Amino acid sequence: MKTTDNSGDVRLSGISKTYGSFTAVHPLDLTVPQGSFFALLGASGCGKTTTLRMIAGLEEPSSGTVRLGDQDVTALPPYKRPVNTVFQSYALFPHLDVFENVAFGLRRRGIKSVKKQVEDMLELVQLGEQARKKPHQLSGGQQQRVAVARALINHPQVLLLDEPLGALDLKLRRQMQLELKRIQTEVGITFVHVTHDQEEAMTMADTVAVMNAGRVEQLGAPTDLYENPQTTFVANFLGTSNLIEAEVGTRSGDDIVLEAGGGKLVLPAARCSAPTTAGGRLLVGVRPEKISLTHADDAGEIPEGRNRVTGRIADASFIGVSTQYVIDSPVCPELDVYVQNIERDSRLVPGAEVVLHWNPAHTFGLDAAQDIDAGLEEEAA
Amino acid sequence: MSTLTEAPPPPSPTVTDKKAPRRRGRFTPYWLLLPGMLWLIVFFALPMIYQASTSVQTGSLEEGYRVTWHFATYWHALADYWPQFLRSVAYAASATVLCLLLGYPLAYLIAFRAGRWRNLIMILVIAPFFTSFLIRTLAWKTILADGGPVVGALNTLHVLDVTSWLGWTAGDRVLATPLAVVCGLTYNFLPFMILPLYTSLERIDGRLHEAAGDLYAKPWTTFRKVTFPLSMPGVVSGTLLTFIPAAGDYVNAELLGSTDTRMIGNVIQTQFLRILDYPTAAALSFILMAAILLMVTVYIRRSGTEDLV
Amino acid sequence: MPFVNWLKRNLVVIAGLLTLAYLLLPNVVVTVFSFNKPNGRFNYQWQQFSTDAWTDPCGVADLCGSLGLSLQLAVWATLGATLLGTMIAFALVRYRFRARGVVNSLIFLPMAMPEVVMAASLLTLFLNMGARLGFWTILIAHIMFCLSFVVTAVKARVMSMDPRLEQAAQDLYAGPAQTFLRVTLPIAAPGIAAGALLAFALSFDDFIITNFNAGSTVTFPMFVWGSAQRGTPVQINVIGTAMFLVAVLLVLASMVLGNRRGRRKA
Repeated sequence: MKTTDNSGDVRLSGISKTYGSFTAVHPLDLTVPQGSFFALLGASGCGKTTTLRMIAGLEEPSSGTVRLGDQDVTALPPYKRPVNTVFQSYALFPHLDVFENVAFGLRRRGIKSVKKQVEDMLELVQLGEQARKKPHQLSGGQQQRVAVARALINHPQVLLLDEPLGALDLKLRRQMQLELKRIQTEVGITFVHVTHDQEEAMTMADTVAVMNAGRVEQLGAPTDLYENPQTTFVANFLGTSNLIEAEVGTRSGDDIVLEAGGGKLVLPAARCSAPTTAGGRLLVGVRPEKISLTHADDAGEIPEGRNRVTGRIADASFIGVSTQYVIDSPVCPELDVYVQNIERDSRLVPGAEVVLHWNPAHTFGLDAAQDIDAGLEEEAA
Repeated sequence: MSTLTEAPPPPSPTVTDKKAPRRRGRFTPYWLLLPGMLWLIVFFALPMIYQASTSVQTGSLEEGYRVTWHFATYWHALADYWPQFLRSVAYAASATVLCLLLGYPLAYLIAFRAGRWRNLIMILVIAPFFTSFLIRTLAWKTILADGGPVVGALNTLHVLDVTSWLGWTAGDRVLATPLAVVCGLTYNFLPFMILPLYTSLERIDGRLHEAAGDLYAKPWTTFRKVTFPLSMPGVVSGTLLTFIPAAGDYVNAELLGSTDTRMIGNVIQTQFLRILDYPTAAALSFILMAAILLMVTVYIRRSGTEDLV
Repeated sequence: MPFVNWLKRNLVVIAGLLTLAYLLLPNVVVTVFSFNKPNGRFNYQWQQFSTDAWTDPCGVADLCGSLGLSLQLAVWATLGATLLGTMIAFALVRYRFRARGVVNSLIFLPMAMPEVVMAASLLTLFLNMGARLGFWTILIAHIMFCLSFVVTAVKARVMSMDPRLEQAAQDLYAGPAQTFLRVTLPIAAPGIAAGALLAFALSFDDFIITNFNAGSTVTFPMFVWGSAQRGTPVQINVIGTAMFLVAVLLVLASMVLGNRRGRRKA
């Protein structure tokens, strides 16, 4: 886990939250380095919002401590924490105009001359013209920016964002993602961002923690999580993965050789998160876009050293930049393959016999004891 | 980094929200409730008990009253005043039905057809409240006056012949007849029917009408199958808000009626304030309360709506 | 037949407008008869036009005194019922506690009880306690029956309020007191105002409960009631008309103001 000796880190140690008999967040240790853009990603109800609210002080942890730098803030009420929140659906005060909404925190801390600061902040979020409007007179995107300005003006040590873009339509959401990223770079404050949208988390965050059922499944940079998932949940929740059940065979150097559907697959030992005893079972994963598709007639042209699987095209859908194939194969009934539309092979139609092949370096290995479908339905949520 | 175990579905946000603000004391709600609840207990609930006790007392004003469990008071009260009870129920029921018939079109008009006049009409429905209802009820004496234009018109159209035959009016008079009392009751409680009706009609999505039309429903069918069922909550609370006060009213019977139109409210008022027969008055009041609570409970059960007012 | 079709389409409008006319007719009569100069004690028949009553509204003994008393009662009853009712409404919406069902029934019952029953039972209590009937007993009664209506009005508003607004205030350095004053109260204000207005109207116009518990004190509705027996002065119509006009003008003014402000901000 990343830790620096920076005094602005958010450190959660062993915090948990239970409501009566059930547990929303299992004891959790987490450190968010100062100045980073950190995302808590998960389906609705995975405990990510509860975790965020415990940092904000809106939820009292059942156990554990919350530290900001060296200060233990676990017992502090929200209004005494140097932390501000951008709420889901914004929670702008309907009876106050934009200016007063943004000035609210400053005024509560007894700061008299707020005009300059508020105006600067409204400039930063490009709302200088709207200062005297009431929240309901603004568009969704503008309301979202007021919510960000209202929190940021207090120069919190940490800015918490609870699904801040959830209420916006797709196009605006993409735009605001870049906008938030720009603001974060500009002000250099730690952002902790809760979202259920994996694309959003990967675009914006330096570090992503994937949460499931009240615990963190995996934590890391977006590319690490995507390229090297360590659980089936992460593999399925982030993008799409083909998971093939295989039996561990011999070991050659840094690679493990596996047996699946009568063929052999090679997996770099470093990319396997499960114990590998000979004869044991593993789930071998590969992303659909890493796979190349060759018609069975041309199988001889495939270079040596690549993982191969044979199959028959069950379905093909053309979606412009790529074509998505579903392959029926002895190792797995449904393998997804995304092929870039560079040179299209007219023989690759449903019913055609094909060979799937990919660079073994793109293979990852997971513990076969897990639910192979974990994280599949949640993605839609 | 984190421990494992399967978590059940998470609490919905509302559950967590209700817990806040958690730092305030566990007893805060009780402190907030205390003064108001004490007020209602002492000045609403306790009087009911006193009244129940008074109804089974015997004695006289001079010598004082004692609880003797004299339930005969109830039998005497019922035996003496059952016509007034029946009359109250009949008048209140007629007024309620009339309120529904008159109020529904107006509520419908405000909800769906008024357009930019909606606010103005709403104001006109509410504004009469600001003139004391007694003054407005007295105005009906002028409107229904003997030989006045209204009575004259009804006479010319031979409406009065029919109503006299039914026993609702007497000869050429409307004033001091059941019709006048029901007319006054209807007038007085009409806004209490219109407002809940409007509230529930306003919630209906106008597109439902279009959808019904699209699905081959004629306007009247649309009303019967879509609009009216959806406005049921308003109908239920409107009828209750009209029936209950109308059944206990004695102002209209006193001002617009005669000795033949006395309702149970008149009897209770006279017993309490003029004859000073407290046990009988308390018994009558208790019977009225029990009867109305019973009717209301049955009615609510039947109509299947629990959220009122 | 275009006319028949038009009639069919607008039947509900015509029926609704007729009902509206029925509702407003007495007010028209009250207004017209405020300019009457009746022969004798009763103002039920039109005689001749006169502005005498308008120029001398307090010209009848005790009339303006009873009006003042009613206004005074209504103000205090409104204050009391609004304060107690708002507290109850907040407790009901914001907290979970035992006995919620009992509290809800105790709020609901006064609204489902015929006035005459409440009036009679309250009088029994006062007689039993040997209380002297008058201003205080009326005030107690008015607060009692206004309370439930205030609770209902405020509860509806507080329930529709997003709890995140208060959390946002806390997040922005407002302590519990500040949060309540700066966020909760202003947002709940329309509900509280509606409850207060309702309480004022109910208290000012109450007759039945007041009549039972007033003793020899005379409020404005009781004055009107008494005059129905002894003779109705034209001044009653003047006051009724004036209050109707004031109410309508106030509402119209607030609407015009609201519109203008809305337009300027847009």
